[in-house]
Amino acid sequence: MKAYLSRRYRLSASHRLHTEAYDAAKNRAVFGKCNNPHGHGHNYVVQVTVSGQVDPETGMVCNLADLDAFAKSNFIDRFDHSNLNTLDCFRESVSTTENLSIEAYRIFQRFPAAHLERVHVEETSNNSFDYAGGSDPGLI
Amino acid sequence: MILLTRKAEFSSAHFYWNEKWPEEENRRVFGKCANRNGHGHNYTLEVTVAGEVDPVSGFVVDLKQLKDILEREVISIYDHRHLNLEVPEFAKMVPTTENIAIAIWRRLEGKIPNAKLHRVRVYELPDLFADFYGER
Repeated sequence: MKAYLSRRYRLSASHRLHTEAYDAAKNRAVFGKCNNPHGHGHNYVVQVTVSGQVDPETGMVCNLADLDAFAKSNFIDRFDHSNLNTLDCFRESVSTTENLSIEAYRIFQRFPAAHLERVHVEETSNNSFDYAGGSDPGLI
Repeated sequence: MILLTRKAEFSSAHFYWNEKWPEEENRRVFGKCANRNGHGHNYTLEVTVAGEVDPVSGFVVDLKQLKDILEREVISIYDHRHLNLEVPEFAKMVPTTENIAIAIWRRLEGKIPNAKLHRVRVYELPDLFADFYGER
């Protein structure tokens, strides 16, 4: 039986939406208050969905302790209480939540014990983003 | 086609244990969930059904009827019970969130008139849930 397991992780980080491709006026016009030079921050929720056959011995798609340990060392410890713009992954790209979703997907794709289905990132309680590696993320 | 989701809640005790394994292996794999005295959760069940809107009633399914089916088939059997000891399907199956979703699917499949069961989602915690779509 194939089941899907979803886990929500929390991280708090600052960022600034800005691109060198635009001049100062265009950055302000496009990114608005998110272009504030000193940055601002969010409490992000990153919801990771993995899938696989439920192991008849354990009743599990994967051991949650393994997923949590992977999330902590590969994701939370790198992103939580950071300034996203200073991280390597946002050196070339704007630290929007779309790009954060794609980066989270790239990271959790390396989790060896289950298949990554999608990543759902909530920037605030009103904004959320879904990424499934280019496929339709489907019903969240 | 419309998807319609109904929520229900149940509070149950459980523990994780595989009788085929020695105690040390159960403790290694299941950690604190292997405490034989059990622990419990407030589970939230979300059942999503798919169907066409009836042109006269405007319903996919009658929500009251769906609520009663969930109550009869699941909540009255799981709520305020010890899943391992009092719910037959968990006598031989570890009551993980994944297996609870599969067991609830089996209890509901074919019982909802005029709609197709689309998804069973079980939240063990607000930050942890399992989905089952009837896939083998």
